Amino acid sequence: MKLWIAFWNILVKDMRTYYLKPPNISWGLIFPLAWTGMFFIKSGSGLESLLTLLPGVVALSILFGTTSMLAVTITFEKKSRSFERLLLAPIPLELLMLAKTSGAILFGVANAFVPVIMALCLADLSQVVWSVFVPAVFMIAVASTFLGLFIAVEASEVFEAQTFSNFFRFPMIFLCGLFFPIKKLPVFLKPLSYVLPLTYGADALHGAVHGGHAMPFVLDLSLLAAFCVALFAVSLWNIKRKWIL
Amino acid sequence: MAMLKASLHAEEENKMNDAIVVEGLSKRFAEVQAVSNLSFSVHQGELFGFLGPNGAGKTTTINMLTGLARPDSGTIRIGGIDCTNKPRGAQHLIGVVPDESNLYPELTGFENLCFCAALYGLDKAERQDRAKELLDQFGLAQAANHKFGGYSKGMKRKLTIAAGIIHQPEILFLDEPTTGIDVASARQLRQLIADLHRAGTTIFLTTHYIEEAERLCERIAFIVSGRIVQIDTVEHLVQPLQKKHVVQIAYANILNDIRGKLSESFPGIEFTTQGQGLIRVEASEPIRVGPLVRFLEDQGAEVAEARRMRPSLEDIFVQITGIEAKAMHKEKEKAGGGQ
Repeated sequence: MKLWIAFWNILVKDMRTYYLKPPNISWGLIFPLAWTGMFFIKSGSGLESLLTLLPGVVALSILFGTTSMLAVTITFEKKSRSFERLLLAPIPLELLMLAKTSGAILFGVANAFVPVIMALCLADLSQVVWSVFVPAVFMIAVASTFLGLFIAVEASEVFEAQTFSNFFRFPMIFLCGLFFPIKKLPVFLKPLSYVLPLTYGADALHGAVHGGHAMPFVLDLSLLAAFCVALFAVSLWNIKRKWIL
Repeated sequence: MAMLKASLHAEEENKMNDAIVVEGLSKRFAEVQAVSNLSFSVHQGELFGFLGPNGAGKTTTINMLTGLARPDSGTIRIGGIDCTNKPRGAQHLIGVVPDESNLYPELTGFENLCFCAALYGLDKAERQDRAKELLDQFGLAQAANHKFGGYSKGMKRKLTIAAGIIHQPEILFLDEPTTGIDVASARQLRQLIADLHRAGTTIFLTTHYIEEAERLCERIAFIVSGRIVQIDTVEHLVQPLQKKHVVQIAYANILNDIRGKLSESFPGIEFTTQGQGLIRVEASEPIRVGPLVRFLEDQGAEVAEARRMRPSLEDIFVQITGIEAKAMHKEKEKAGGGQ
C-alpha cells in the first residue's frame, strides 16, 4: 500500500479543515502583535528592544498556535468518532500520528514567521543567524505539537484539552526565559525551567537573534529533539493504551 | 479412525478458510463483563447476523474484531490473519460502517469518499472514479458536492456505507446500518446490502431489527448479556416452530377472562392474550378457525380478523432470550434511533 498517499491526504485534509480557516489566520496575525505591543507599552522602550523581544514572541506564537489547535482538533475528532475512521485505516499508528501532527507543525512554523515578517519592516535583522533560527523554530514547533498531542490523548472533552493545555502553557511564558531571563528567577523555580522543552528552544532563538544564549546551540537543539522523541513515544503509548481499549 | 482424522482435518481447513474465526473472546470494562467467551466463525462470502438487544455486547464485539478494542482473552483470525496480539493486523481486508455516521461534516460527499479512499492508498484517478461510481450507486450523485453536515440522516447512512466499501474490502462490518432512518431509506439500504452480498463480500451485520436479520442473513447468532445463546441458519432456527400452528384473532370489544374460557372449551390448544382485543392461538395440530370464531362471537366478541401466522425469527428470539422484540425497538428508539 502507498502509505504516503494516506499521509499526504490526512495532512491536506487537516490543513483545509482546521488550520487554514479565517479565525486561525487572524489569530496568527493578532497574537504576536498583541504580545509585542504589550511588552512595548510595559517597558516603555523603543524599537531598539525589538530584537530582544522577538525570540519570546516567536516561541510564544508557536507554542500557543500548535498546542491549542492540535489538542482541540484531535479531541474534537475523537468525540465525533471520525478519529475511529483513521484508526481503522491500514496505516501504522506512528505514521498516522505523524500525519495528524504535521499540520500543526506547519501551522506553528507559519505562526513563527508572522512576527519575523513584522520585525523585518521595523528593524534590521541582518545579524540573525538563520541557520540556527530556522531549525530552532522547527524544533519548537515539533516539541509544542507533541506536547499538544500528549494533552489531546489525556483529555476526553474539548474544554478539558483547553484547560489542560493552559496548565502547561502559561507557566512556560514565565519559566522558559522567553521574556524574563532564567537566571533572574527564584532559585526554587530554576529546576522547573530546565524540565520544560521551550527553555532550550527560547535559548537557541535568543542566541540566533541577538547572541544572548546560555547554552551551546547543539545542546539546545539536541535536548529539544530528545523532548520531541519522548513526548511522541509517551503519546503513542497512551494512544495504544487508552484508545485501543 | 481415518475418517475421523479426515473430518477433523476438513474442519480445521474450513476454519482456516473462514473469513472470521473467533474463539473464547472475552472483554470486561470495570465492573461490566461486556463479552463473555464468544466463539463463532463467519464463512467466506456469508452474510452473518449478530442479533441482540442494546448493551448485549454487539458493538464491543465489532470493536474487537476491527482492532478498535483489545480482547482480555480469546483469539481472533480475520481473513486468515491472527489479530489476537496485533489488533490492527487485518485492517487492509476489512471495511467498517459504525453505528453512527462519522464522516467529516466540513467536507462534501465526494471529498469524504476520496479522503476515505486515500486512507487505503488508492491514487487520485482511482479514488475519484470509485467515489463517482459509489455516489451513483447509492443515489447520492446530486448531493456529491454538498457538505456532509447538511445531509439527511438517510443520506448520511448511505454515504457512511459507501465510505466503508470504497476500498472494496473482502469483509464488511455493518453496525446497526438502518437504525434511525426512514422506512424508504432503510429499504434501499437493505437492497444495497443484499447487492454487496451477492457480489461476494463477507458481511458481519449487527442489528436489533429481527425482521431485517431474517430477511438478509444466512446465519444468525443471538447475543444476550455478552453471551451467544444460539447460532444457526435462519431455516434451522425457525424449524422447531414450523411444526407449530399459530392463528391470531383480532376482535373489537372487551371480554372478561376470555383466555380462561377458551382454554376450558378447547383443550390441547394454547391461548395467549396480546393486549386488548388480540389473541394468539397455538397448537401442534392444524387449528380449525370456524369453531373458535363462533365461540368468541357467542361470548359477545365482534371478531374483526383471524389470521394464520407463519412462525418468524422473532418468535424463536423471544423463546430463546425471553426478550420481546418490541422492547428492543423501544429501547433503541429511546437511545436516539427509531425507524
